[in-house]
Amino acid sequence: MTSLTTLTLAEARDGLRGKKFAAREIADAHIAAIEKARALNAFVLETPDRAREMAAASDARLAKGEGGPLEGVPLGIKDLFATEGVRTTACSKILGNFVPTYESTVTSQLWRDGAVLLGKLNNDEFAMGSSNETSCFGPVQNPWRRRGSNAPLVPGGSSGGSATAVAAHLCLGATGTDTGGSIRQPAAFTGTVGIKPTYGRCSRWGVVAFASSLDQAGPFTRTVQDAAILLRSMSGHDPKDSTSVDIAVPDFEAAVGRSIKGRKIGIPKEYRVPNMPAEIETLWSQGAEWLKAAGAELVEISLPHTKYALPAYYIVAPAEASSNLARYDGVRYGLREDGRDVIDMYEKTRAEGFGPEVRRRVLIGTYVLSAGYYDAYYLQAQKVRTLIKRDFEEVFAKGVDAILTPATPSAAFAIGEKGADPLEMYLNDIFTVTVNMAGLPGISVPAGLDENGLPLGLQLIGRPFDEETLFATGAVIERAAGRMKLPDPWW
Amino acid sequence: MSVDDATVRRIAHLARIAVKDDEIAHLRGEINGILGWIEQLGEVNVEGVEPMTSVTPVKLKMREDKVTDGGYPERVLANAPNTDRGFFLVPKVVE
Repeated sequence: MTSLTTLTLAEARDGLRGKKFAAREIADAHIAAIEKARALNAFVLETPDRAREMAAASDARLAKGEGGPLEGVPLGIKDLFATEGVRTTACSKILGNFVPTYESTVTSQLWRDGAVLLGKLNNDEFAMGSSNETSCFGPVQNPWRRRGSNAPLVPGGSSGGSATAVAAHLCLGATGTDTGGSIRQPAAFTGTVGIKPTYGRCSRWGVVAFASSLDQAGPFTRTVQDAAILLRSMSGHDPKDSTSVDIAVPDFEAAVGRSIKGRKIGIPKEYRVPNMPAEIETLWSQGAEWLKAAGAELVEISLPHTKYALPAYYIVAPAEASSNLARYDGVRYGLREDGRDVIDMYEKTRAEGFGPEVRRRVLIGTYVLSAGYYDAYYLQAQKVRTLIKRDFEEVFAKGVDAILTPATPSAAFAIGEKGADPLEMYLNDIFTVTVNMAGLPGISVPAGLDENGLPLGLQLIGRPFDEETLFATGAVIERAAGRMKLPDPWW
Repeated sequence: MSVDDATVRRIAHLARIAVKDDEIAHLRGEINGILGWIEQLGEVNVEGVEPMTSVTPVKLKMREDKVTDGGYPERVLANAPNTDRGFFLVPKVVE
């Protein structure tokens, strides 16, 4: 591994500005690392030519002193973001060889700021999954392995390719999306930092839709500071997404290193779930001690509707998915299977194009929205969602600045270990899904290792549009825990 | 509430997904497993609670009612499986 791939994003940015190395050199180092890491299956499409072209343009701008905030920084992009002229599939057979004729707002802002595209990253099909095993391109391997074992582990999901690519030093940062935990859970499983910002902070325009009232884009990086840098470029109002919010984007990086003295951090008692591994319980208490040592005040809080968040999510998300995925009908793009009439063509196309998890969710969503069942399921779930959000509002009204929880109920598991029972897989998102249901920001920060030497993360949940407190508090955890030492390449 | 085979077929048709006969029993089991689990929401007292319609307390912006994009049919059709003279082609719909 060359040193250019082990730089943090901030170090690379500063080194490029200081002309210590060229964007072309950083791009080449990452292109070589990606070629060597194909066994991890993190990238579903490599774009080395585009990367070199963009890096050369960055070098020209840097030479003139005109570099943007991410000038020359090579990134990986989750295959859920439409990239103009670059195949975008959501890792579903039904999108086939879809080549967008437009660019998602989030990625267009990254290119505006000078970033370089290395390629498209693997994910669960339509972001439906918690292990990256539902991708039509096959599973991604976690660069981490249990001590003394070669068993391949999942990187988490749905943004598994993003998490692995960042942890394996294949890019300096990556984009992800998070509907129920799809950034924070894989970040925790790979020892990386991932933040899902407040709903409305990033534009959803040009991002393949899963559940529109829950989906948000966010970054994966190796440090809290890097996440702050990347999120700033990704954020901002977009007239093309009516749910993106028109408020100023703060300089998130300036919040990193800010004192948390006197800030009130809530510890929700409902997150102490049955059968939680002792080491996660210990890590959680350790995290609270670190924050206390940095001057924060720790208070026990109650979020009484926590246990209902996951079942409510599995009504709301499939319902919205069944509606969003109606567009894949074999007419305008993607796969088409011929049929004897138009209905037969739709049914055959969708049977052939959707994998089992997507099909299951579309069927559930169709059922809970169907005549006679809407009130019992969908309406009830949306009322419960109001109560989940109210729980958070009441806690914040009492002066709590942020909430500390574990990020996941376990460390990374083996490929093929879970999935026979869909419910077992769904329970992975138990600590993250409440945040999407309430539209709040949440960050996962690596905080320690389990008994097998696998990384574990802590999650911080913030007030709406207060990502700055998450960056300040996350940096305290990062400093106290020590920067996560990522695995040396075995691939 | 649980679903029977006929309901699984009806949902699949509503969702426009062809399902083979030998898949029905398996799908019924999975769907009933998930429905049984989400049933616990019934125990929550939601009297007087409004269903959520927007997660952020933001008023939707209005924009001018005018065309701001378009005029490039070739880009719109670029990914279509079957087109002819600027149209999407589908199997015959009207006899």
